[in-house]
Amino acid sequence: MNGGELPKELSSDELINIYKKMLLIRKFEQRITKDFGKIKSPLVHTYTGEEAIAVGACMAINEDDYITSTHRGHGHFIAKGGDVNSLMAEIYGKEGGICKGRGGSMHVADFSKSMLGANGIVGAGPPLALGVALASKMRNEGKVVLTFFGDGAANQGMLHESMNLAAAWKLPVIFILENNMYGWSTPFHAATAIKDFSIRAQGYGMKGFTIDGNDVIEVYKTIKEAVDIARNGGGPTLIECKTYRWQGQTIMDPDKYRSPEEKEEWKNRCPIKAYKTRLIRGEIIDKVMIQEIEEMTLVKIDESFKFAKENKNPDPSTVLDNVYKKPIKYGGN
Amino acid sequence: MEGIKLVEETKTMRGLDAIRLAIEEEMERDESVFIMGEDIGKFGGCFFVTEGLLEKFGPERVRDTPISENAILGCAIGAAMAGMRPIAEIMFADFLTVCMEMIVNQAAKASYMYGGQISVPVTIRVPFGTGIMGAAQHSQSFESWFMHVPGLKVILPSEASDFKGLMKTAVRDDDPVIFFENKRAYYLTADVPLDKDFTIPFGQARIFTEGDDVTLVATGAMVQESMIAATKLTEENIHCEVIDPRTLVPLDKKTILTSVEKTGKLIIVDEGCKTCSVSAEIAAIVVEEGFQYLKKEIIRINTPDVPIPYSPKLEKKIIPNAKLIQEKIKKLI
Repeated sequence: MNGGELPKELSSDELINIYKKMLLIRKFEQRITKDFGKIKSPLVHTYTGEEAIAVGACMAINEDDYITSTHRGHGHFIAKGGDVNSLMAEIYGKEGGICKGRGGSMHVADFSKSMLGANGIVGAGPPLALGVALASKMRNEGKVVLTFFGDGAANQGMLHESMNLAAAWKLPVIFILENNMYGWSTPFHAATAIKDFSIRAQGYGMKGFTIDGNDVIEVYKTIKEAVDIARNGGGPTLIECKTYRWQGQTIMDPDKYRSPEEKEEWKNRCPIKAYKTRLIRGEIIDKVMIQEIEEMTLVKIDESFKFAKENKNPDPSTVLDNVYKKPIKYGGN
Repeated sequence: MEGIKLVEETKTMRGLDAIRLAIEEEMERDESVFIMGEDIGKFGGCFFVTEGLLEKFGPERVRDTPISENAILGCAIGAAMAGMRPIAEIMFADFLTVCMEMIVNQAAKASYMYGGQISVPVTIRVPFGTGIMGAAQHSQSFESWFMHVPGLKVILPSEASDFKGLMKTAVRDDDPVIFFENKRAYYLTADVPLDKDFTIPFGQARIFTEGDDVTLVATGAMVQESMIAATKLTEENIHCEVIDPRTLVPLDKKTILTSVEKTGKLIIVDEGCKTCSVSAEIAAIVVEEGFQYLKKEIIRINTPDVPIPYSPKLEKKIIPNAKLIQEKIKKLI
């Protein structure tokens, strides 16, 4: 756990990039938490504490492979290479946001990066992932789809349908279950009778693994293996990543349903801190570099905030744009 | 070539054959078109609309699915997001209730909430309506529900050539289309153009017969009933103008309003339950935009607000028919 060998196939730059991305997500979420009064929407969900999953997983795929995300999507967006400025501007509802201020935090998407969108409906990403995977398969593109979802979504009927169909049709989908222990205030052990969700995989005819979601290298390695299987026509895999949501369900959640001791215990298992220690031990980075990365990250976040703040609000006269590809004409002939 | 008029080649066929022909032609024309649904392959579809397509196009493009409506639509919508043009069949309109999520929150919203980054060119085919002793869960008319969801196009033809032309337009359209196929209209025959590029634009109503005395707006099976009533009444020198909107979103308001301006009287006939029905919307539009044309109150003829009963005697009692329409017209005039 968080102590094994660093994978040899990854260069020093790649290993450092993993660290940079995790840190960027962390600092981004800390910043919007600090600024929540300015954002105003209560429906902003942070990924703090879960960074290793998105970053480790996206490290295991190619740029043109796809991901679907959840309502807690900032981390996936950044991990897939999305632009932080347009992410911040979207959360602030500005025209320069990635969705032009139409989507907000729960709908951030960058289709140019094959990031098919955060999604406000729990469990709605996996059914869409099926279709993207099917398209890839029908066109022999060899692309795979990572579909992220939580322990809450694990109990949605849509997920059952999706896992079954993916297995039946051997679709190149990797089901990544981010078990952060809580569906809002409900602990997963109160919502299910099983300890590890991965045992469900067998019932669909696919392999299932439960791993430490706070170990970015373990996430990377496990998902890489599943990706190789999927790319070679072997079908889907379920990977449950155990992790913990450091903050409340949303940035407005007073989070009184979890004990301080429990939160403290998980903070001691910080995925970023643990990875940093490994990089130092492996002599990949030193304290000077760490300092530099930290400073650069903060500059980036400041810039994104500045970009969002100075960006203009969407023009109200455009509010009806994009309901349809071309505005529909009432009144025909 | 002046003076030479090309005679359009047509063939007499049933509504369901016309839909099949449209799908077949579109699949031949465009490799990204494929069809999926429950029992649409070997069996040929519950109403045999897709009969023979599996043999012609193979199992990759004619896909039998598990009984998982969310997975069917998620898969179709995801594939559409990735650039395919899927046609998904939901065996009965009544089953739309179990996959509303994919239609309402995903397909309809994606273009808008992702800031116009993508469109979703999916066609969802839905047999609906009474006439087969389907009882409460296999007979319903849900078209008005979907008119209430911005982002969807709602198509409801009543005659074979319209089935063909509108189905082809649906497949070629870049937005999500829900295509309602009336079960009784499946078996009505008409002359259908064989031209492979015969398409009918959305938003153009069809005037089935012209008249000066009363405007009769009808959809689905009610068009046939209205035509029977209108034909009978010509014997009494009452001339009805029968209009089928054919597409409910976008709706051709102009044709309806122009007709009401001429006749001053409006009767709307639709098979849905009366409350919040298609007829309610059309009546509201005419009151809002054509109040000055009305010489009499608007009459709506609908199925009453009751589940559809099994016994044909009971079903007949509640579904509007030519006799009832005739009576209402005479009473109004």
